[in-house]
Amino acid sequence: MSGSQTQIDQFLDREYAAGFVTTVEMEAFPKGLNEDIVRMISAKKNEPDFLLQWRLEAFRNWQQMVHPQWAQVVYPPIDFQDIYYYAAPKSKKDAPKSLAEVDPELLKTYEKLGVPLHERAALAGVAVDAVFDSVSVATTFKDKLAAHGIIFCSFSDAVRDHPELVRQYLGTVVSQGDNFYAALNSAVFSDGSFVYIPKGVKCPMELSTYFRINAQNTGQFERTLIIADEGAQVSYLEGCTAPKRDENQLHAAVVELVALEGAHIKYSTVQNWYPGDKDGKGGIYNFVTKRGECRGARSRISWTQVETGSAITWKYPSVILKGDDSVGEFYSVALTNNYQQADTGTKMIHLGKNTRSTILSKGISAGRGQNAYRGLVKVLKGAKGARNYTQCDSLLIGERCGAHTFPYIEVKNPTARVEHEASTSRIGEDQLFYCQQRGISAEDAVSMIVNGFCKEVFKELPMEFAVEAQKLLGVSLEGSVG
Amino acid sequence: MSSLISIRNLTASVEGKEILKGLNLDIGPGEIHAIMGPNGSGKSTLSNVLAGRENYQVTGGEVLFEGRDLLALAPEERAREGIFLAFQYPVEIPGVSNVYLLKAAVNALRKHRGLPELDAMDFLTLVKQKMKSVEMNPEFLHRSVNEGFSGGEKKRNEILQMTLLEPKFAILDETDSGLDIDALKIVADGVNRLRNPERSMLVITHYQRLLDYIVPDYVHVLSGGRIVKSGGKELALELEERGYGWLETQPRAAAGRPA
Amino acid sequence: MNPALDRYLATGAALAARLPGSGLPWVRDWRERARRRLGELGLPTHRHEAWKYTSLAALEKQNFEPLASPGTVNDVAAWQLPGGAHRLVLVDGHFVPGLSDLGRLPPRSVVKSFADALAQVPYLLENVLGEGEEPDALAALNAALATDGVFIDLGDGVVVEQPIHVLYLSTAAGSMSTSRSLMLVGAGASATVVEEHLGLTAEAYFVNVRSEVRLAREARFEHLRLQREGTKAQHLGALRVRQAAGSQLISQAVAMGALVSRQDIATHFAEPDCQARLNGLYVLGGRQHADHYTTIEHASPRGTSRELYHGILDGHSRGVFTGRVLVAPHAVGTDAAQANHNLLLSREAEVDTRPQLEIYADDVKCSHGATVGQIDENMLFYLRSRGVGLDLARNLLLHGFAREVLEKIGVASVRERLEQLLIERLPEHENLEGIL
Repeated sequence: MSGSQTQIDQFLDREYAAGFVTTVEMEAFPKGLNEDIVRMISAKKNEPDFLLQWRLEAFRNWQQMVHPQWAQVVYPPIDFQDIYYYAAPKSKKDAPKSLAEVDPELLKTYEKLGVPLHERAALAGVAVDAVFDSVSVATTFKDKLAAHGIIFCSFSDAVRDHPELVRQYLGTVVSQGDNFYAALNSAVFSDGSFVYIPKGVKCPMELSTYFRINAQNTGQFERTLIIADEGAQVSYLEGCTAPKRDENQLHAAVVELVALEGAHIKYSTVQNWYPGDKDGKGGIYNFVTKRGECRGARSRISWTQVETGSAITWKYPSVILKGDDSVGEFYSVALTNNYQQADTGTKMIHLGKNTRSTILSKGISAGRGQNAYRGLVKVLKGAKGARNYTQCDSLLIGERCGAHTFPYIEVKNPTARVEHEASTSRIGEDQLFYCQQRGISAEDAVSMIVNGFCKEVFKELPMEFAVEAQKLLGVSLEGSVG
Repeated sequence: MSSLISIRNLTASVEGKEILKGLNLDIGPGEIHAIMGPNGSGKSTLSNVLAGRENYQVTGGEVLFEGRDLLALAPEERAREGIFLAFQYPVEIPGVSNVYLLKAAVNALRKHRGLPELDAMDFLTLVKQKMKSVEMNPEFLHRSVNEGFSGGEKKRNEILQMTLLEPKFAILDETDSGLDIDALKIVADGVNRLRNPERSMLVITHYQRLLDYIVPDYVHVLSGGRIVKSGGKELALELEERGYGWLETQPRAAAGRPA
Repeated sequence: MNPALDRYLATGAALAARLPGSGLPWVRDWRERARRRLGELGLPTHRHEAWKYTSLAALEKQNFEPLASPGTVNDVAAWQLPGGAHRLVLVDGHFVPGLSDLGRLPPRSVVKSFADALAQVPYLLENVLGEGEEPDALAALNAALATDGVFIDLGDGVVVEQPIHVLYLSTAAGSMSTSRSLMLVGAGASATVVEEHLGLTAEAYFVNVRSEVRLAREARFEHLRLQREGTKAQHLGALRVRQAAGSQLISQAVAMGALVSRQDIATHFAEPDCQARLNGLYVLGGRQHADHYTTIEHASPRGTSRELYHGILDGHSRGVFTGRVLVAPHAVGTDAAQANHNLLLSREAEVDTRPQLEIYADDVKCSHGATVGQIDENMLFYLRSRGVGLDLARNLLLHGFAREVLEKIGVASVRERLEQLLIERLPEHENLEGIL
């Protein structure tokens, strides 16, 4: 192996910074999944009967379903009876009434992760809902947002305080039986975030959820529901981390977005779940269903994701473009290093007239990482004048990784225009040598080339996140060349 | 003297945005008018509206060509009546060879004029002779329209088409853009050879350079969708020296051909 | 089980003793293994990823039967290639010597029917036909039922100047014609094979043809599949190529006929420095459905592949394209580019396209592109601004769009014939007279 290759390898070999464990007293339901567990979760949350029935229906659906098989993702079968479906930090009262009552250990955890939960802290422009294992432990700036009529709270609080909204919108974008993991989530989801932006309101700050898996052998099954009423606008961010463990852990979330007439939703993710070690041991299985519906005319949903973590990522944030003149966007950077596998992409379903979608996907494969883009652009009969532009680029670092592109384009309207382009390139030794000859270290050179490659996606991220994403990418790539 | 083309109070918009805001211009037979103006002033919109491109909506005013309503005609009908647009960015058409396009265009024009179609031999002789005049290699005949042509080759191809179609009124839309000085001379020579007492031209350009080679009778300044100043060829030199800024503060000048 | 599948299996078993080569144990074994494999795999359905967009329901609904002897065809003058060719004619799946004209072939070349080859030179076929399992259910169906086909074996350095024209004619409603061909091209040898399919009946019939090709070092091979079946036909075609070092493949697939057609085209770069060009054109109308499924396997270093497929869809037709490019680990220096462009002419036409890249090596240059849309407005405006009327401008652009693919066909007589056929399919094509 050449010298520069070894240098890049070393560079790619950095530590996972969020890999610590928080010691806090926990309570958990018994391992395994059956109707009783579903009932226990619902009872624990004092849910209304409609939600229990909804969960049970999902559970029965799930039992009938077979585990999905994906060509580009390989992992041993998951034993769904060997997982804790509910684990939460024990608190003195049922729920902390204010930030002051949150367990200081938890506050410290988030502080350490760079997500301070006190409202005067660094992330001043951002309201945070912190989800720790199965429950939301704190939500900041609730009152300030409430002044605008905005609801931003944990999903459990939403069920308690706004059951009518939950009932109206839950499962209308991703139904209980949509797919194996969505059905599982619908049965056992324990918390998550809920956002409602009323008519005409432009949310004055970024909303954010920070997901942390801490407990061992647990699965995290959160559910996020965001509704932007007519003319409303919101930008929402999520981040995620987990401790380093040798076992694989399951994260199966569902996110539903509803944009009514003229509404805009921007949803950004920086996913940094524990990816496993350099031999492929441990790491999160990230099997997520994310979908938005542009329900009203001139609405817009934009997904931006930076996926650097997880042992396996399987997610396709999608947009159903139902309203005329609605717009769907998907901007993605997915990085796989060591033994990570990512199968990600999007679906843009054009139903309304003059609907437009843009897909920009950047895949980076290093080490033995496998990175697949899988996407569907579907233009139905009624989608007169629909437009799609897709660009998928892959960057390969090292000779043992893989990059795959599986676009599906289905067009049933002659006035539509759909364009797809894909390319593959690598960081070549000549590029590295050139940079080194000019006095730039191999590390900096790789980092420069990768950041250049991802620039168009990063510029879609809110400022604070863009910086974090860049840093993360540098970290995730460490030791990838060799 | 009666005008060949008469533009009256023309307003037009692109994608809902109004670009031309009441443009007046009269061009007599055999006259060469130059339109200059800063970026975004509406120069290209004017040429596209005159040629009939669909996504340019005329929202008001009229254009009379030989006394008839030009705006009511389809693009091909305008071409057959004698309007020619030399495009700023001629589109590449893979698979369609130049000779097919030229034959289809020449035949359509001849049919319109009640002339018999040229047979293959006569047509080739004619085309090759015209190609020589704009210094184009005959091999270009069998290449796809504009595909892989350099900037200069594309512009020469435009002039070749103009030479063949012998229009009454030619619009040269930034024909100088992207040309080096040699190519510019060839193109200008081609244009000058076509000058005659019946043929009028509208030369749209950003720079005065082209007007050293194609000397106009009148120069107009387009700004904000209107003609803000008109004069003789010396106006172009003044613009070259002073830029366009000083005109925007001037009161609106009477538009059109100076009386 | 599936009654249609059972029916085809039963037909295969019943015919086994009468099919060519049945006297040879290895051929019987080959067919028996194929029947077993077909039984295991079953006919593909929408649940198979490779068959997501194409249905074989017609093969299940109608009982297509092989004919024991060819239907009557008096002469094939109308379909001769004007520039001259070595001609083999198969009628309803049977080679007809009286209609064929092999002409003069260079020394060390064997060109004959598949049945004759099995009877006369079986040792030349054994290693290739007998090797391994049939790759998929339709290949197995083909092996189980093949009544004839073509065998070509060119010695090292043999150059066949004129194209080898294989004309497949179907004459009978309800017939099933199954042909298997084997083409072995020696080191440095060169040939062009034109497989052309025509229907002489307006009724439904079923054609299943498959060509296996082996290119030795530095061989050069051009293959054309001209699918001009009758408008109710079901056509399944396959071309599978294995390339040795430095060999060159050019594959041209043109689909204009059949109600439902599927073309599987696959090449495997078994050794370094191979080249492949895959071109295709589908021009469809009515309720026609054409599916092209192509696979280029870069399994060795420094392979180059170029792929260009164009589709023109009118009426209620549906065009399907899948272009798989696989780059194996260590296939360094791979250079692959692929494009699929489609024009939809009517409200009811549909396109499904899947350009796919699967890459397991880093020193590669790969790209693909796909578009679906209408005739480009800017091009249309340009032509109209030169005085060309709307209908003629459209036809010029459609013709140009198709020609981008057709102009890559090396055999002038074929290229010109296809251009003429194309023009006849354009709406109000009379307006192109005197221009093209």
